[in-house]
Amino acid sequence: MKSPGTRGHQAPPAPARSDPGPDDAPAPSRPGRAGRRPPLFLLALASAAAALALLPLVYLVVRAVERGPEYAWNVVATDRTLELLARSVGLAAVVVTACLVLGISLAWLTVRTALPGRRAWSVLATLPLAVPSYVAAFAWISARPDLAGFSGAAFALTLVSYPYVYLPVAAALRGIDPAQEEAARALGHGPWSTFRRVTLPQLRPAAAGGGLLVALYVLSDFGAVSIMRYETFTRAIHTSYKASFDRTPAAALSVVLVLMTVLLVAAEARTRGRAGHARTGGGTARPASPAPLGRLKWPALGWCSAVAAAGVAFPAGTLGYWLAVGNSRTWDPRGLLETGGITLLVAALGAALTTCLALPVGVLAARHRGRTAHLLEQAAYAGHAVPGITVGLAMVFLAVRFAYPLYQELPLLVTAYAVLFLPIAVGATRAAVLQSPPVLEDVARSLGRGPLGVLREVTVPLAAPGIAAGAALTFVVCMKELPATLLLRPTGMDTLATRLWTETGTGSYAAAAPYAAVLILIAAVPSYLLGRHRT
Amino acid sequence: MTDLRITGLTKSYGPGAPVLNGVDLSVPAGRLAAVLGPSGCGKTTMLRIVAGFLRADAGTVEIGGRIVTGPGTHLSPERRRIGIVPQEGALFPHLSVARNVAFGLAGSSPAERRRRTGDMLDLVGLHGYGDRMPHELSGGQQQRVSLARALAPEPAIVLLDEPFNALDSGLRTGVRADVRAALRSTGATGVLITHDQQEALSTADLVAVVRAGRVVQCGTPQDVYRRPDDPWVAAFVGGVVMLPGTGRGTTADTALGRIPLETPVDGAAGTVVLRPEQLTLGAPSGRAPHGTVADVSFHGPDTLVTVAVTGLDSPVHVRVSGPVAHRPGDPVSPAVTGTATLHLPRRDGNGCVAGGDGPAATA
Repeated sequence: MKSPGTRGHQAPPAPARSDPGPDDAPAPSRPGRAGRRPPLFLLALASAAAALALLPLVYLVVRAVERGPEYAWNVVATDRTLELLARSVGLAAVVVTACLVLGISLAWLTVRTALPGRRAWSVLATLPLAVPSYVAAFAWISARPDLAGFSGAAFALTLVSYPYVYLPVAAALRGIDPAQEEAARALGHGPWSTFRRVTLPQLRPAAAGGGLLVALYVLSDFGAVSIMRYETFTRAIHTSYKASFDRTPAAALSVVLVLMTVLLVAAEARTRGRAGHARTGGGTARPASPAPLGRLKWPALGWCSAVAAAGVAFPAGTLGYWLAVGNSRTWDPRGLLETGGITLLVAALGAALTTCLALPVGVLAARHRGRTAHLLEQAAYAGHAVPGITVGLAMVFLAVRFAYPLYQELPLLVTAYAVLFLPIAVGATRAAVLQSPPVLEDVARSLGRGPLGVLREVTVPLAAPGIAAGAALTFVVCMKELPATLLLRPTGMDTLATRLWTETGTGSYAAAAPYAAVLILIAAVPSYLLGRHRT
Repeated sequence: MTDLRITGLTKSYGPGAPVLNGVDLSVPAGRLAAVLGPSGCGKTTMLRIVAGFLRADAGTVEIGGRIVTGPGTHLSPERRRIGIVPQEGALFPHLSVARNVAFGLAGSSPAERRRRTGDMLDLVGLHGYGDRMPHELSGGQQQRVSLARALAPEPAIVLLDEPFNALDSGLRTGVRADVRAALRSTGATGVLITHDQQEALSTADLVAVVRAGRVVQCGTPQDVYRRPDDPWVAAFVGGVVMLPGTGRGTTADTALGRIPLETPVDGAAGTVVLRPEQLTLGAPSGRAPHGTVADVSFHGPDTLVTVAVTGLDSPVHVRVSGPVAHRPGDPVSPAVTGTATLHLPRRDGNGCVAGGDGPAATA
């Protein structure tokens, strides 16, 4: 505002006309939201969900040290633990490195170069997301039994997890303003020097975040390492649980594994925060004109084809082969139908419970910024850091001790799914609620609705599409879940995943193939949509 | 018919200057008050406290004599009988127009709900639009539905939060007039939040000018425009001409001669505030003030002439209706009609209560 003290001047005819922006937002935080207190019922429900998510983790620790910390320490502080640590970390290091090479090279080729068929390659590059690790392991070991062990595990895990690097790096590449690279070229740097000195440093947050996700995936993986018979923490926990009546070794090993994954999740969250920061400030950059590949065109095409062949074509081909050689003894349509039906049922129950539990947490996280809301949201994300095998184990412990009738019954399995996949559903709900403006909820309040009425009549109906998408995603991951299902399924009940695992374990590849095929078909749908969305 | 009374309302978000710093405002039953202020002055915070979405740090809000916000009292928004019309309408996108309007009628019978919804849509001129979805309406129509929705449960107070912002200027005048008519016909007390002085002056019965979390002046639109409490308010509600001057009782001596004052001031020097349309341009003559035309800008209905006056540091603006023959460089003699206000330096504006205005004062 002009100083009114100056003489003889005229204020603009309508002083504030030039400023039609949102009124009154005093400084950094949104005023209205900050002052809103979350309704009690929402806090209570969200607290219940968060407590459920934390319960297995807490109980695991309780169980590990209940015979005294020394006993647990003696169980853990052995050469065998060290060896497992070296094996798990070694596998993770190799897989992460390979994923970085694959992910970054494919991202650059599909986003920034004149590679023929770029769009098709980028869809192909995301497809392996649909392949569960144990299906990839099954495909490779059934064709090349000599791969069993470290190389097979590393190979299978790399081919299913490199999209975790590819997707964020491709997104980051699209976000970088090409003017920076043009400036570097104008300053005398060649294409390689420009990539190394200008582009690569900006990709680092995205690549690091993706790499950490891959490491988390490898440490938590049970299916691929057990099919490839490579002993890591997860496999050792399973073996120790099955072999011994003393539960302390399994619990103690689980605690060590969880410590490792929690570290990774914390590191990943940190890079994500910084990556977000690094990306702001650019606005929408002009899309880069694709770099011509010249003589490198054929090698580049060869590289992309090789990755697609190993990641997509080979597993599909192997599956096709085993399906073709199957005979009436291995091909059991009734069994497949029954297992498929049971899988759909448990996945649907798991998705339903997870979505219901996620609703209060997601709404709270989206609408009420405060210490309590933040803590509850973080607690609900616990499942993100806890491998399926440890959640399964913790649920077994809990049921045996406190709710024996539930042991190896469906409700326990469904609850384990909820603990594991709550983060997916909470994330989806939060994003969906954020889509609609909070003023609609204010209006509903002023028109006589209480907090519950607002939730039922305004917030949830508006967020429904996003919540449904989250539920669908949860449904698919429940279907694919293996380690917790193995521990918690009712006796005699099989899902597609456990059946595949059992058949592969006994070398009945032809009998396993139909289950793998159905799993891939179902899981491919959301991955395909995701890939189309991002390209 | 219910009145709204706000006393000593204070609110701050964390440390630093408070957003509201003792706001006093009183709106008589059935009247429409405009709360006018620049961005960031706290007007939306005030609205949110009145509606019950925010709690105040101190102060009270009374609706029809009942304290709804006060020390130890906080009536939840759904029990305040307040209708709000937010920016851009904020219709529920998943409900039809009719169901939007009926949203606040949950307690009524279906037949009653239908009747009331129809009446409200008629009131805002959208008869027969009940089955449309919000996205099928224009911005102005959405705003009217939003008003119908707010009025349907017969609220005691209607709060309008810059409701005309999103409309293009051609549409704005029409929607504004319709909203005013609809409010009048229901007898609801209204508060219109706006940063647009023209909107405030033309739509409201009362204008409260807010600066830095305080009401610095309130009164009828004519009052605020003609008798601004300080030069800042004068400049905020319209174009101004400011001259150094010395009070001589009922008149003030300035470079433009002796000007009659609204309120007598004796012997003190200050700033004389006039409106550009109070100045006229004549041919230069012996003792009259001398000026030279510096710039002429034509606005259609009127023309703004900038004149450099001998004895004044800055040029003055003169609003003349219709086109003028003057060209830059022409010698002219500016003269003043009507009365001016004289403001002594460092006068501090304070909160005010405009409850005493009778209906006649707004005519």
